Amino acid sequence: MSISIHQVSKTFGAYTALDDISLEIPSGELTALLGPSGSGKTTLLRIVAGLETADPDGSGRILFDGAPVTESPVNRRRVGFVFQHYALFRHMTVFENIAFGLRVKPRGERPLRDEIRERVHALLKLVQLEQLAQRYPSQLSGGQRQRIALARALAIQPRVLLLDEPFGALDAQVRTELRRWLRHLHDTIHVTSIFVTHDQEEALEVADRIVVMNKGRIEQTGTPDEVFQNPASEFVMKFLGDVNVFHGRVHNERPVFTGDSSEDGSVRLLVRPHDLAVLPQPGPGISIPARVYRVMTAGALVKIELLDGQNRLVQVQVPHETYRTASVHAGQQVYLAPKESRLYGQSSERLEYVI
Amino acid sequence: MNGEERQALSWGNLALSVTAVAIVGTVIVLPLLVVLKEAFAAGFGVWAASVTDPDARAAVALTLGVTVVVVPLNTLFGVAAAWAIAKFRFTGRSLLLSLVDLPFAVSPVVAGLIFILLFGRHGWLGGWLDARDVQVVFAVPGVLLATLFVTFPFVARELIPLMTEQGTEEEEAALSLGATGWQTFRRVTLPNIKWGLLYGIILCNARAMGEFGAVSVVSGHIRGETNTLPLHVEVLYNEYRFTAAFACASLLAGLAMVTLIVKTVVERQAARQTARGGET
Ligand SMILES: Nc1ncnc2c1ncn2[C@@H]1O[C@H](COP(=O)(O)OP(=O)(O)OP(=O)(O)O)[C@@H](O)[C@H]1O
Ligand SMILES: [Mg+2]
Repeated sequence: MSISIHQVSKTFGAYTALDDISLEIPSGELTALLGPSGSGKTTLLRIVAGLETADPDGSGRILFDGAPVTESPVNRRRVGFVFQHYALFRHMTVFENIAFGLRVKPRGERPLRDEIRERVHALLKLVQLEQLAQRYPSQLSGGQRQRIALARALAIQPRVLLLDEPFGALDAQVRTELRRWLRHLHDTIHVTSIFVTHDQEEALEVADRIVVMNKGRIEQTGTPDEVFQNPASEFVMKFLGDVNVFHGRVHNERPVFTGDSSEDGSVRLLVRPHDLAVLPQPGPGISIPARVYRVMTAGALVKIELLDGQNRLVQVQVPHETYRTASVHAGQQVYLAPKESRLYGQSSERLEYVI
Repeated sequence: MNGEERQALSWGNLALSVTAVAIVGTVIVLPLLVVLKEAFAAGFGVWAASVTDPDARAAVALTLGVTVVVVPLNTLFGVAAAWAIAKFRFTGRSLLLSLVDLPFAVSPVVAGLIFILLFGRHGWLGGWLDARDVQVVFAVPGVLLATLFVTFPFVARELIPLMTEQGTEEEEAALSLGATGWQTFRRVTLPNIKWGLLYGIILCNARAMGEFGAVSVVSGHIRGETNTLPLHVEVLYNEYRFTAAFACASLLAGLAMVTLIVKTVVERQAARQTARGGET
């Protein structure tokens, strides 16, 4: 089931949480809504679910497979919603939690007792927690609760699955495990899913497509590869991973980063730590002088910290092999050459340049 | 912790315990014993005669009748008010919250006077009611209204913090799973507030049976008609019929004891439930 979001805005009092959002979510895909805290991810997800209504100015619409659902209330939309804090029914066993959606169906559609039991056990098997059927939510770990919440949402065979920071409250190791498991689960059941996260790594690893949000607007939509390799804006580039920012100015239609330029240089060069080469001599293209501050060789990559001409910290990551052939030591004067970089003007517009 | 410290601590504990027992003894246990002693001072026969006297029987009947009407009504109002206040944000919410608290803030006697001013012969609605031959003040409806007013906050006050703390996520989850509003309330909200609700009902019940001030103002003390049990006790006492007064008081004390026992059982059950079902 595909989801279309058409010109949805949402204001809380004078605050604009969502500003004219339009988005197409293709059927069967796992889409991540990625953005910093307060960017409106939860609000958008809740509007899709029907837990919140878009501003009633008439233009905002939500469609499932082309059919508008804006008018149908949350309990008619058949969406599976997984809450960040699980929201399991605390007075019910795990079994009853999962069976809830089946038990509240109108009499004609309600499955028989045995059928319900079978369905619940099938779901428990799917989330690999069969032995916990008679426990209460308070007797489960966070990761188990989240999987039960997911099983409960899947029990109604939802048309779309919406997950609000499903792993937000879990520790790092369980997170990684569960996110792989979620990806695997999605590959088995193929229900159109949107999941909210503010963790770029999570989004890049799990999602088919990523929607990057900022201040109630969509900054970019694309595959993980597209948004990572081809960020549409400075914000996206910064949000999707570590970046070094060099301030410079344009001279003879070429950007220069000599280090003597004033603070408010008219251009900014953004380079990821692994896209910087450390050279003993200035190279032919852009070469930024810097001094080695610290070298950390423990880890998958060698991390080099340097200070540029304006005494700003620069991070560089190089493979151990490269480092062995051209090692540096603290205090050494070197030149940084960007292999892959992006140039942005004063108002964050992307500039093309040739070296 | 060394021995000396433990010694000092236990001395402090002992002193506190003794004080506590002494206070509870003088303020609660002793009066209760006096009531029972005086009630049975002239023997069981006199006690039985006092509590089966027609006026006493009428007072008991009225007290129980008022309670049976008031407690369910206030349970309904209390749940509705708490639900609205705890689960929704709307204009007038804080006004509603203040209104719920009003009966606690106003002295019961003043509450009684308010009803006299409203429904009394010379009150705002007095003429209108008179014309229709409806008597509120100095009649059973007045007693009902006064009790209803005074006991209004108990259920709501018990539930508002509980429901606020529980938030709306479970209800939202239920709705997203296809439950109707009523199913959500029946299957999710109500079980979650079950013990708090029962506790509120018990408190409301105790107050409904024991209310004196407000009822005293509106009842008019018509013997056998508008006297509730507490008012009947006062009447007897003022007539120097001490044994009869204490006999009726022992009935009230008995009701209080039953309430206390039920309350303890409920609390224990609730604690067990929390230990098991706890929070999610
Ligand atoms: N019910 C509400 N009333 C007022 N403001 C709200 C309400 N819900 C959300 N907001 C505001 O809207 C903005 C977006 O909130 P939202 O919860 O969608 O952010 P988010 O992207 O999910 O952030 P997070 O990652 O912290 O969960 C926030 O600034 C928030 O304060
Ligand atoms: Mg959120």
